[in-house]
Amino acid sequence: MHITDEIIIAGFGGQGVLSMGKILAYAAMFENKETSWMPSYGPEMRGGTANCITIISEKKISSPVVSKFDSAIILNQPSLNKFEDHVKEHGFLFYEASTIINPPTREDIMIYKIAAIEEANKMGQKQISNMIMLGAFLEIKPLVKRESVLSALKKVLPERHHHLIAVNEQALLRGKELIEINYHVSV
Amino acid sequence: MKMQKSEVRLMKGNEALAEAAIRAGLDAYFGYPITPQSEILEYFTEQIPKRHGVVLQAESEVASINMVYGAAGAGARVMTSSSSPGMSLMQEGISYIAAAELPCLLVNVVRGGPGLGTIQPSQGDYFQAVKGGGHGDYRLIVLAPSSVQEMCDFVFDAFKLAEKYRNPAMILTDGALGQMMEKVEFPEEGSLPHQVPDWATTGKKGRERNFITSLHMEPEKMEEINLHLQKKYKVIEENEVRFETFEIDDAEIVLVAFGLPARICQKAVELAREKGIKAGLVRPITLFPFPKKILSDLSKKIDHFLVIELNAGQMVEDVMLAANGKCPVHFKGRMGGMIIQPEEVLEEIEKIIQQPILQE
Amino acid sequence: MSQEILLEDMQCVYQKPATLTDDYMHYCPGCGHAVAHKILMEVVQEMGIQEDVIGVAPVGCSVFAYNYMNIDMQEAAHGRASAVATGIKRVLPEKYVFSYQGDGDLAAIGTAETIHTINRGENILMVFINNGIYGMTGGQMAPTSLFGQITSTSPYGRDVEHNGYPLKITELIAHLPGAFYVTRQAVHTPNTVRKFKKALRNAFEFQKLKKGTCFIEVVSNCPSGWKMTPKETLTYIEEKMLPEYPLGDLKVPAQNNI
Repeated sequence: MHITDEIIIAGFGGQGVLSMGKILAYAAMFENKETSWMPSYGPEMRGGTANCITIISEKKISSPVVSKFDSAIILNQPSLNKFEDHVKEHGFLFYEASTIINPPTREDIMIYKIAAIEEANKMGQKQISNMIMLGAFLEIKPLVKRESVLSALKKVLPERHHHLIAVNEQALLRGKELIEINYHVSV
Repeated sequence: MKMQKSEVRLMKGNEALAEAAIRAGLDAYFGYPITPQSEILEYFTEQIPKRHGVVLQAESEVASINMVYGAAGAGARVMTSSSSPGMSLMQEGISYIAAAELPCLLVNVVRGGPGLGTIQPSQGDYFQAVKGGGHGDYRLIVLAPSSVQEMCDFVFDAFKLAEKYRNPAMILTDGALGQMMEKVEFPEEGSLPHQVPDWATTGKKGRERNFITSLHMEPEKMEEINLHLQKKYKVIEENEVRFETFEIDDAEIVLVAFGLPARICQKAVELAREKGIKAGLVRPITLFPFPKKILSDLSKKIDHFLVIELNAGQMVEDVMLAANGKCPVHFKGRMGGMIIQPEEVLEEIEKIIQQPILQE
Repeated sequence: MSQEILLEDMQCVYQKPATLTDDYMHYCPGCGHAVAHKILMEVVQEMGIQEDVIGVAPVGCSVFAYNYMNIDMQEAAHGRASAVATGIKRVLPEKYVFSYQGDGDLAAIGTAETIHTINRGENILMVFINNGIYGMTGGQMAPTSLFGQITSTSPYGRDVEHNGYPLKITELIAHLPGAFYVTRQAVHTPNTVRKFKKALRNAFEFQKLKKGTCFIEVVSNCPSGWKMTPKETLTYIEEKMLPEYPLGDLKVPAQNNI
């Protein structure tokens, strides 16, 4: 694993883009790693496109702003169009199956198509699609442990939603299973 | 003296700054909402009623800064915060505060301008912050953090400096630092004691009356006040300069950047070093007083300065003054809320070192 | 020297309050500011609150109020006296705080601060000297200048179509729930001076209750700006100012509220 992982997460506002980045950052902090979370802020937060850069590192982070990413988690078509070229060579790109009609075409990176929204709907909780995506991502890139992610959820979710932590954990597991089923990763 | 740090938290820059202020024994905060710094006001309105101090949402930035004047004059440890357009509105009040020598903390979470501009990060208010900003000859002590940790630490430093010199101190930061989250360790509460100064208007008890003013109709008196202020600024320049360097020992090209772009430049230096380019970085921490000496010393032994800013070129003028023609000073800036990327800086470095150096 | 010798044999029947300094006032002969200052400081003296009161001076003729009032004071930027007073009162809630402002300061450039200070019900006293003109800058039109009033910036008389109406800020703010006690007084006759003093006393007593802002307008004069003798200004107040700005209480606390 790289000593530093620079991750872009992008999609529509309301897809849980900023929360996913925050959860990764909190989880990294719980593991005493260095981390930074840089959101795109402004009107995007109120329904348009949103993105955030989360960096997790074993050493002090110089720039929290980067334009090339080790990993990209992409939840809509405009974000894919914008960020596909910004994934580093041999980097990783995860994308949402149902919202992206024109899939990524690069051949020098690893690409994972995740049907997170469809799975979330099957589970009857469409808000948890981001956690399914995160589960899939962490299965390929185990940057932080699942326990840390669960602790992070407690920080990111408002207290009135803490009863949803169990279903979020199921979503993480479902994401992991999607990788196992579709990409034959042995654990 | 290193302060005792207590707990590690992951926080937005704006929130870390506000939490630090409470721990620094803030008596009062007056402010007005404006993106991208409203989290500061929000944090205070949520926390202060449960802890200690006064928080008040004013009817405008104009009212806010004048409330700061009143409370600072009454001896309180007090602050306000805003973002560029709001800071412009405060300039008259800041001039009065500087003239009346009232210690306080001003925070400008800069956004892109001019005009209503954008809510994205910028450094377009450098001139306004370090050259005065309002009317008359005065200076603020200006600190430029480049991490969420420094958004916390510099609150303590700024209050200390403001009270030591009876001068307003400013934290000049930007929207990105205000909004981004990083780990931050906070000092214990109560680690920065505060005594009500003897010049404060707390009621004329057992002493002659105190009054706070910036009005002196006799030109001789007003010149005397000016000379006193200039002398104070000189002392500040001699004693309070702070900066950081990175890889400058053998550097042939030295980047100069403050705030968040300094970290972007550090990454650019790392990328340049990987390519065998001898690049280094000087990061001014205090923008007033400006670290002239290190830049002047370096100008005699390096080939180039490259100044990187999120504006059209403001600090570059101070770097030029420090270099005083001893070496070329180049500039690359982004504006309007655009953030420069490390690769863009690297490209600029490569462009410069490929140019033939003209011998004198 | 010869005066001192004479005084030795005399009985003191009147002296200025110790809450006034010995500085010569810069006010023009006949100006209402001097009377208002003295009465204000008399009340501070009589209440024994000299050590506990903090005043805020405005920009305008009374910009040097802090030279004459022997109490802790701050000099505010133009229009911002009530914001400065808010800052002081919020960090020193047990002290008596007042602002002292003219019509340009309080009712033009500082209108927002005036309304919002009172709307928050800041527990301060605002003394508002209304002489219908900018005295300090040389007699320009004020928001409270009368219909047809000739000033250096309304040389043909204040024209409503061009300059709007005399601003009755006191009537305006009396409607605000944050206002606790609102009254309009004057200082041009012995009788009005006595009533003004009573109003000041009320206002400081009310400040202890922490129930809102007390506001005293003083209809005053400006011999230099109005280009009249002091005596002529007294007639002008009676005949022109008071019909537009009638004296009396606009809002008094209910008996069960004090």
